[in-house]
Amino acid sequence: MGKLFEVIKSGLATSVQDLGRTGYQQYGVVVSGAMDSFALQVANLLVGNHRNEAGLEVVIMGPELRVLEETVLAICGADLSPKLDGKPVANWKSFKAKRGQHLTFGQPQSGSYTYIAVAGGIKTSSVMGSKSTYVKAGIGGFEGRYLQNDDRLDAGEANEPLGKLSGRGLSDSLVPDYRSQKKIRVIPGPDQQAFSEEEFEKFCTSTFTMTAQSDRMGYRLEGPEISHLNGADIISDAILPGAIQVPANGQPIILLADRQTTGGYTRIATVITVDLPYVVQKMSGSELQFEAMSVEEAQQLYVEREILLRNLSLHAGVI
Amino acid sequence: MLQITAYGDAGLRVDFGNTISEEINEKIRSFCMYLEKEQIPGVIEWIPTYTAVSIVYDPYLILFDELKKRIKLMEDQLSNLDLPAAEVVHIPVLYGGEKGPDLLRVAQRNGLSEEEVISVHTGTDYLIYMMGFIPGFPYLGGMSKKIAAPRLSNPREAIPAGSVGIAGEQTGIYPLDSPGGWQIIGQTPVTIYDPNREQPILLRAGNYIRFVPITSEEFDRIEAEVKAGSYITHVEKYKK
Repeated sequence: MGKLFEVIKSGLATSVQDLGRTGYQQYGVVVSGAMDSFALQVANLLVGNHRNEAGLEVVIMGPELRVLEETVLAICGADLSPKLDGKPVANWKSFKAKRGQHLTFGQPQSGSYTYIAVAGGIKTSSVMGSKSTYVKAGIGGFEGRYLQNDDRLDAGEANEPLGKLSGRGLSDSLVPDYRSQKKIRVIPGPDQQAFSEEEFEKFCTSTFTMTAQSDRMGYRLEGPEISHLNGADIISDAILPGAIQVPANGQPIILLADRQTTGGYTRIATVITVDLPYVVQKMSGSELQFEAMSVEEAQQLYVEREILLRNLSLHAGVI
Repeated sequence: MLQITAYGDAGLRVDFGNTISEEINEKIRSFCMYLEKEQIPGVIEWIPTYTAVSIVYDPYLILFDELKKRIKLMEDQLSNLDLPAAEVVHIPVLYGGEKGPDLLRVAQRNGLSEEEVISVHTGTDYLIYMMGFIPGFPYLGGMSKKIAAPRLSNPREAIPAGSVGIAGEQTGIYPLDSPGGWQIIGQTPVTIYDPNREQPILLRAGNYIRFVPITSEEFDRIEAEVKAGSYITHVEKYKK
């Protein structure tokens, strides 16, 4: 436990995130948490942390961080060309960082969100059971905001001696390829009945483009107009992660980590959990296609991924 | 018969109807109480809204079909549940003046005096249909049309937490400082949202709010008590 980083350059929108603030949605409290929760969980396990520990979420333009005390780090998610004292470091592997070294990022190679996990986690108090930053309400993380130059972060207590934590990696076959053009799988509904079969078919066979109006709250897409049978508005209802709203203009919005808990637009479909990282890692301008899937199949994939994460936890000795 | 549909692979939506009504809200409240009592393994949390309850669960612990069955079983028992009376939470409000800069405008628009607006606004218990929009914000039903007023054409950049406002035929309280276009008629010294409090959110869907008019001396006293942590919110049982 001790000093961790001094922020030399803050980057675009670097924030402290864990797996989110669950349990308070019935009171209107936004969940937040890592946009790509798979990447954060793996990063944590590689440095011997519990899966839900807080790490730094880095978006497209990474920060420059000076290491204040020796530690072990792992960077998982988008490849934003991380370097330690100018030397490239690999994603999905843990490595030692010595006092005085500088962690920097360069050109994005693939994906847009990456996670820096540190042995012992980012030390910060939790608000309503979570360390996740929710900037709009100014809660969680580091003073409820994105990191700024000259901030100083502390780390928690590592679970094992640092020597045992570095050099761990996720096998290549398990590393997600965010550049793959695979279709994003969705479960129809909960408002499928608000659309004709033809319009739902159009949704599943068209190509959409991610627009620049996309952030932690949700990604706005552009494509052929999806029209409604009887209007776009519904009586306000819950919004779960991956829900795809279609407002009156017929252009879908995929709701993500910082979504409001409720909303008033029809939800044509919901992205399956294991495909959410592939949505999150898209850059503005990239293309997306959807494909309908049954709940049973999606849950099978969910369970397989959970078993993988549980096995990794077992190997990391943190179950 | 409750309609149960999948909402993604880690969510399930239970539909109770398609209108906004006190009757449906009461069914939803009893359903949520049941969920709390049952503690179904794998169920993480639930979000009650106007006409539905959406349940978030972990498919590693319980699959959709299994959870659907459990909920169907619950449905048969719902009518047997002895639903405790809803609570009426008293919210003291200082109306008008600096704290309620739009009170006069709301009064003039409706051909009433400021006192009459206050008397209409405090004369009803408002049902909290659901929470959302921002942390701790209650969607209230039951405001009289006599004091309705449109949103401001030019929203304010900062409205202090605790402000009580009117937008159309709705009334509400701002849980935290935020920009907004509601016509502000008063302010409560009570903190309805405090992320660091043991119970961060004061209000809950299914309960009621009663606005109680206070003087500026009472406002200052309550505000001091809230700061000192000694203020106790007055709550009573709801009577139909």
